[in-house]
Amino acid sequence: MTSLERAARPVASAEPPAAARFVLDVWTVAEAELRKLAHDPTELLTRAVQPILWLLVFGQVLARARAIPTGQLGYIDFLAPGVLAQSALFSAIFFGIAVIWERDLGVLHKYLVSPASRISLVAGKALAGGLRALVQAAVIYVVAALIGVHLQVGLPQVLGVAVVVVLGAAGFATFSLVIACVVRTRERFMGIGQVLTMPLFFASSAVYPIALMPTWLQVLANVNPLTYQVDALRSLMVAGGTSTFPITLDFGVLAFALVVLLVIAARLYPRLAI
Amino acid sequence: MPLAIRTNALTRRFGAVCAVDALSLSVEPGEVFGLLGPNGAGKTTTIKMLITLLPPTTGSATVAGHNVLTEQRLVRRSIGYVPQLLSSDGALTARENLDISGRLYHIPSAERRARIDAALEFMGLADVADHLVRTFSGGMIRRLEIAQAMLHQPEVLFLDEPTVGLDPVARRAVWEHVRRLREREGTTILLTTHYMDEAAELCERVGIMHLGKLVALGTPESLAGEVGSGATLDDVFTHYTGSDPNEGGTYRDVARTRRTARRLG
Repeated sequence: MTSLERAARPVASAEPPAAARFVLDVWTVAEAELRKLAHDPTELLTRAVQPILWLLVFGQVLARARAIPTGQLGYIDFLAPGVLAQSALFSAIFFGIAVIWERDLGVLHKYLVSPASRISLVAGKALAGGLRALVQAAVIYVVAALIGVHLQVGLPQVLGVAVVVVLGAAGFATFSLVIACVVRTRERFMGIGQVLTMPLFFASSAVYPIALMPTWLQVLANVNPLTYQVDALRSLMVAGGTSTFPITLDFGVLAFALVVLLVIAARLYPRLAI
Repeated sequence: MPLAIRTNALTRRFGAVCAVDALSLSVEPGEVFGLLGPNGAGKTTTIKMLITLLPPTTGSATVAGHNVLTEQRLVRRSIGYVPQLLSSDGALTARENLDISGRLYHIPSAERRARIDAALEFMGLADVADHLVRTFSGGMIRRLEIAQAMLHQPEVLFLDEPTVGLDPVARRAVWEHVRRLREREGTTILLTTHYMDEAAELCERVGIMHLGKLVALGTPESLAGEVGSGATLDDVFTHYTGSDPNEGGTYRDVARTRRTARRLG
C-alpha cells in the first residue's frame, strides 16, 4: 500500500465532541459489564439470597420481639429500605475484585490504551455497578410485597428509589475500585472487603434508628453515605416512612461522594497497569 | 511522513533498577521491527512507555508523530496493542469484544459492523463470532486480539510476545495473519519476542536489548554477518546477551510463561 492511501485514512475526521464521547464511552464500558451479567446471571441470583434471609428471618424475629422502637412504622416496614441499601452495598463492595481480575488477565490494558478518558472508564464501571443493583432491588420489592411490607408503588417514588439505589451502588462500587487500585491483589482485597462492609452496615440507620446509638457511633453514622441512602429510601419506598434529613441532602451527599470517588479512582486506575 | 516511532534517550527506573536505559531508536513507517532480548531486558517496559501506560523517568518518545507524554490521546488513537497477557474478555463473545473495541474508538456504527464482519472473516473466526471467547483455543484468542487491536486501523501496532504459549501450528497461523495484515494495511509493527525464528520470519529489522540497553541494531542478515559466517539469529542473540535464547530464563520467567500458556489454553 502506498503512503498516499495511508494518508487518506479518515483518522481524525468523524470524532464526536468531548461531552458526547464521554457519554458514549461510559455507556460502552457499562454495557460490556451488563452483557457479561446477561451471559452468566448466577452471581445476581446468589446475591439475592442474603437480603431475602434478612427480611424473612432477621426481620420477622425482631418485628415480633418489638425490641427496636421505630415509631409509627412497623419494624418490617422500617427494615425493608435498610435491607435494600445493604444488598446494594454488599454486591457493590466486592466489585473491585473483578477489576483486579481484569488487570491480572490483561483486559484492563486494552481499555487503558484506548482513547477513552480515564474518568469515563471508571464512570462506566460505576454505572454498571449501579445498574446491577437494580436487579436486586426488583427481587427485594417482590419479597417485601409477599411478606406484607407497605410499599409505595407510585411512579415518582419508584423512580426515586431507582435513582437512589443506582447512585448509592455506583458510589460503593467506585469505593471498591479505589481499594482495588490500592491493594492490587485479590487476597488482600477479600480481607479488606470483609473488614469494611460490617462497620459501614452497622454504623448506619439500616437496621435501627440512629437515635438508639451511643454518641460516638452516631458521629460515624452521620458521615456514612449508607445512612443517607437508607434515609432517602425510607421516605420513598414504604408508606408512612419518613426521612431524618431533607431528601435533597440525601441525594446531595450520595452524588457528592460518587463524584469525589470517581475523581480519585480515575487517578489511581491507570496505575494498575504499571 | 514522520517516523512511526522515535525515542530519544528514553529511560525508566524502578527504584534503583534501570529497566530501560537511554534507549534511542527510530522505526520507519510500514516497517516490521522486532525488539529482542532475554526476559527482563526491558522490552515490555519500552512498549508500555510507547503506548502511554507508563510514564518515562527521563527522555522522550513520539509515536505516529505524537508525543507520548503530552499528546497521550493522539497517541492512543493512532496505536493498536496486543499485550502478552489476555486482552479479549472471555465472558463476552468474539463479536461483542470487537464491538466494544470499535465503539471505544468511535467508529460509526454501519462502518463498525462492516469492519467487524470483515475482521472475523479475515481472522477465520466468522463461524464462532457469537461464541464466548472463553471457549476459544489459544491461537483463536490471539487472532481475535489482533483483530481487536486493528479494528480502528492504527498506524502503529504493538505486539508483545504475540506467540508465547502457542503450539507450532497456531504460531504459524498467527505469523501468516500478521504478514497478510501488514501487506493489506501497511501498518507499522513493533513486536517483542524471544523466539529467534519468529524474529527472522517476520522482522525487517531487529534491535537486541540487554539489561535495558540497545546492544545491537540491524537486519537479521546483517547482524548474523557481523557475528560470523554461517551465524544464525540465535548466535547473534547469544553473542550480545551472553545467554541462550532457548534456555528460558529464571524460575519467575518460567512461571509467567506457563501461566500465560495455560490461560491461552
